[in-house]
Amino acid sequence: MASLKFSNVYINDNWTITGPMESDSKLKKIDIKLDDYYFDEKTFEQAEIRMQKMAINSILARHKLSSKDIDLIVGGDLLNQIAASNYANNATNIPFVGIYSACATFPESLIIAGSFLKNDNVNKIIGITSCHNLTAEKQFRYPIEYGSPRTQTSTWTSTAAISVLLSKKKKNIKVESGTIGKIIDMGIKDTNNMGAIMAPAAAQTLYEHLSDLNRNVDYYDLILTGDLGCVGGEIFKEYCSKTYNIKIKKHLDAGCELYLKSQNVYAGGSGPSCLPLVLFNKILLQKKYKRILIIGTGSLHSPVMVNQKISIPAIAHAVSLEVL
Amino acid sequence: MNKDEYAKLVKELSPKEPRIKNAIYAFLVGGLIGFIGEVIVNILIESFGLARVDSYAWLALIIIGISCLLTALGKFDNFVTKAKCGLIVPTTGFAHSVQSASLDYKREGFVTGIGANAFKLAGSVIVAGIISAFFLIILKVMCYG
Repeated sequence: MASLKFSNVYINDNWTITGPMESDSKLKKIDIKLDDYYFDEKTFEQAEIRMQKMAINSILARHKLSSKDIDLIVGGDLLNQIAASNYANNATNIPFVGIYSACATFPESLIIAGSFLKNDNVNKIIGITSCHNLTAEKQFRYPIEYGSPRTQTSTWTSTAAISVLLSKKKKNIKVESGTIGKIIDMGIKDTNNMGAIMAPAAAQTLYEHLSDLNRNVDYYDLILTGDLGCVGGEIFKEYCSKTYNIKIKKHLDAGCELYLKSQNVYAGGSGPSCLPLVLFNKILLQKKYKRILIIGTGSLHSPVMVNQKISIPAIAHAVSLEVL
Repeated sequence: MNKDEYAKLVKELSPKEPRIKNAIYAFLVGGLIGFIGEVIVNILIESFGLARVDSYAWLALIIIGISCLLTALGKFDNFVTKAKCGLIVPTTGFAHSVQSASLDYKREGFVTGIGANAFKLAGSVIVAGIISAFFLIILKVMCYG
């Protein structure tokens, strides 16, 4: 069984830094908004490292904690060898678990942190997630200045770093349970339609989560998927009802919720930061939902395998949150 | 649901590309560049007294220079996003692809960065050009001696 129940794991706080596009979007209460993709560094990669460092240091400073008070950092990003996270944690002097599951990084970090917090000697954990539009573009697609034409189904990688502080102290949001998903490949090869690649993985994880915990989908006030985008979101709902007979009443997709229509991002936003950005800086601020199931969806695409014409696998992890 | 059924579902729910609109737009932009090129050639012939062959060489230099400058200033990608193949297919696109790849890797050194990556996109065009030139010249020698 890949679902875990947590009895005392809470998200105490979060800290957000975003790029220029996200600052103009529908988000509120962002801690720092950047108006430059370079963030005063020489390269975009170094900018992403600095964003992560700042996210970690700022959440420590806000709670007057030092690195000795934190037992573990769990996090990842989109770069090869999760370079941003590795370099950002170079000087933190805190034990570090680096994870990669593309855009499903955030829920995966919550599940790993939750499992560690079950131990008596672990008390505080920081989860860190980041992505940078231009480093991702450079690595996965075309050169940045090339401006390659995009398709209607393509999504825009967000630029942000988000840190969360998890502990056993009952405050703000309870991490109630989590499900680690399976890798699913439905034969889609189109890198411009990530939503279609990831939707079956999200549906599979939702199904496993509900059957493992013996719940009905109506148990949740909201199903928030990570970055399927507006197109993938529709495919997800259709696939759920056709394959698993799950009729989702209240579903939102973080990718579809992130940007404004006028920002010309076609099917919406994506990236590991997309889900926590929309969750913390939009959905939770509305105070409308009590029980939220977040499903982070990651397209595990490697440019090498794509060039070898092999279809793209995807993974999804789900975490059930309760707003206190 | 099997893979074929899923592919059908994805096709059904994914929005269609406005291909005809894109094609017309690219045709007009590409044609406009050709028109500007012809104007420049005529100016070079009339005002600078160049031969037609030489003025075409100068035209290529001018167009490549302008597109490289616009790429470096960060403007060209916005035009490409809008005009699509209208700007990628002419020489402007070739210069732009080399320039944008070089800009991406400029911090990674002259040899391992710019040198190794400048022709990331344009390399296949050059290889295709060399190979086709090789076979065509053989054909020419065989037919005409």
